[in-house]
Amino acid sequence: MNGSTPDDAREFRRLRWQCRRGMLELDHLLSRFLDLGYADLDLERQRLFSSLLCEQDQRLSDWFMFRSEPDPRFRDLVEHIRVVAGEHCPV
Amino acid sequence: MSLPTRHFDALIIGAGGAGLNAALQLASADLRVAVVSKVYPTRSHTVAAQGGVNAALANVLPDSWHWHMFDTIKGSDYLGDQDAIEFMCREAIPTVYELEHAGVPFSRLDNGKIYQRAFGGQSQNFGGDQAARTCAAADRTGHAILHTLYQQNIRARTHFFDEFFALDLVRDAEGVICGALVLEIETGEPLLIESKATLLATGGFGQVFRTTSNAHINTGDGTAMALRAGIPLMDMEFFQFHPTGIAGKGMLITEGTRGEGGYLVNKDGERFMERYAPSAKDLASRDVVSRAIVTEVKEGRGCGEHGDHVLLKLDHLGEEVIAKRLPGIRESSRIFAGVDPVIEPIPVFPTAHYAMGGIPTDRFGRVAMPAGHGAEEIVAGLYAAGECACASVHGANRLGGNSLLDILVFGRLAGKDIIEFVRENPYRRTADTASVDQAMARLTRWDQKGEGTSVQQMRAELRKCMEDHAGVFRTEDVMAEGYRKLCELRERLPEVRLSDHSRVFNTARIEALELQNMMDVGISIAVSALHRQESRGAHSRPDYPDRDDQTWLKHSLYYQEGDRMDYKPVRTKPLTVESFPPKERVY
Repeated sequence: MNGSTPDDAREFRRLRWQCRRGMLELDHLLSRFLDLGYADLDLERQRLFSSLLCEQDQRLSDWFMFRSEPDPRFRDLVEHIRVVAGEHCPV
Repeated sequence: MSLPTRHFDALIIGAGGAGLNAALQLASADLRVAVVSKVYPTRSHTVAAQGGVNAALANVLPDSWHWHMFDTIKGSDYLGDQDAIEFMCREAIPTVYELEHAGVPFSRLDNGKIYQRAFGGQSQNFGGDQAARTCAAADRTGHAILHTLYQQNIRARTHFFDEFFALDLVRDAEGVICGALVLEIETGEPLLIESKATLLATGGFGQVFRTTSNAHINTGDGTAMALRAGIPLMDMEFFQFHPTGIAGKGMLITEGTRGEGGYLVNKDGERFMERYAPSAKDLASRDVVSRAIVTEVKEGRGCGEHGDHVLLKLDHLGEEVIAKRLPGIRESSRIFAGVDPVIEPIPVFPTAHYAMGGIPTDRFGRVAMPAGHGAEEIVAGLYAAGECACASVHGANRLGGNSLLDILVFGRLAGKDIIEFVRENPYRRTADTASVDQAMARLTRWDQKGEGTSVQQMRAELRKCMEDHAGVFRTEDVMAEGYRKLCELRERLPEVRLSDHSRVFNTARIEALELQNMMDVGISIAVSALHRQESRGAHSRPDYPDRDDQTWLKHSLYYQEGDRMDYKPVRTKPLTVESFPPKERVY
């Protein structure tokens, strides 16, 4: 978040807490994406990520784990999160 | 210092299944109830429980609460209290029906009754044929229960403090617990909540281990609060580990992978389980497989750059078998381990899954502790329920389907008991200034500036130490060294500093507060494990390989002051039926 405004920094911290979920899988995917991919999103997609975090855990889990098709407006973002969080996933 | 203060009849800390079920009883009885949760309630870890709830409804096969009771006692390796277990198994039936009436969409049979599936450890007629006892809402039972309870609480006008972090319990001038000091995460401002009764329902604490299946929120906040209030923790050495978690991440890889023919190999490609369990090999019991994996790693035969895991091979099963019989495994492995199990093996390591121990309670959720000369005393106004508590229904080992049952039964009964308590104790208690100041000090300590160890570094060291020295490999030497290291970490805790001292949404400060909780709870596990010189249930010691009922058929109690251990007898007398005497646990 280099060069960010105080409001950006506050929003980033708010999002970090919204990435705390009831399932470890979601914690991992969402937190890693926040660290590794969020800053590269344009403003519109950053807002979309914020909306995604308002979805229920079970629904998010189904989307990320390929158990159901994501809501069309989140489809690309879900795939992007999977790729970014997965790419930087050394064991 | 004058703090904003709110008053309620009851304060519930934690909004998983236990907290919400208790809150629903209270709000439905028109009590003023506050629920404090550090995340939105529907993001509690209950949402991750997929399996189901055990109740002897006999909808699919013959069943009885008495058979359920037998299975639970046997599963506990006879460390569970038989009166509490009888109570839970009896109460399971009305609890499930109450949830059904509240709107939980349980899966159905063609005749409209609740469907029940078979699970390991369930029997008919005291150890006979397989029983079918688990009620489920498809594969999302926890989600269904959590959402139903939350919606019912909204309807009943429970007051939710979402995204508030509980700092510590507070007491009045007479020393009676009368609420808690909490922190609003968004503003960073403290709030004093005074209450006539307080229920701790903060869930498990798997995050004290480096590799865990628990969500990041499971840091033992309520459990540590009880410790700091002078309450001992019970049976903390009993922690269930699952042998195959994704290495370094913790997500569960089902044991079905080995049931379908998957096997473990070390860095030399050797099927090492043949050495540890020549007959059962990869299908040996959980503790044997877990310990074998850790031994391979400790002896330098681990895989990867750091030699810190082994590999689970499935590629020989073929794509079709993996897709058909092991749904989700390919996706999990790709996303979290970066490997496709159709082509490459999955890196795995034992993962901490479930805490059997916790804050000692009676069967009404009332916190109970020794009061000298072996007698027990109820801590007035303080309750605990769910994974943070120990009503002693799981003993040394929990059965599948009994964890959701525990949180629902004891959440419900704690709620009902609090109603009575508040009726008998209707007067408001005021928190003593010294007690509030002490709780505030826990927060203001993080205002200290200057150089120091970071929270992340200390947290990583703690979790690694717990994994290496209080995990599945528990010998005297390993654990004694671990305790020494943990004491060093505890001594270094005051040197930890935050670099961000802002107030608004300072999540780093919350993580620092969680670190102290994890440290307190982690040490309680390590000390309790070090002292128990036998193998029982989930506590497995190669240097004391047998269960020793003569010496160790007793509960552990860990006190934070001086890291002191005490013990109390197992309650072997049930409420209305004959006792089940200890026997060898064979399945």
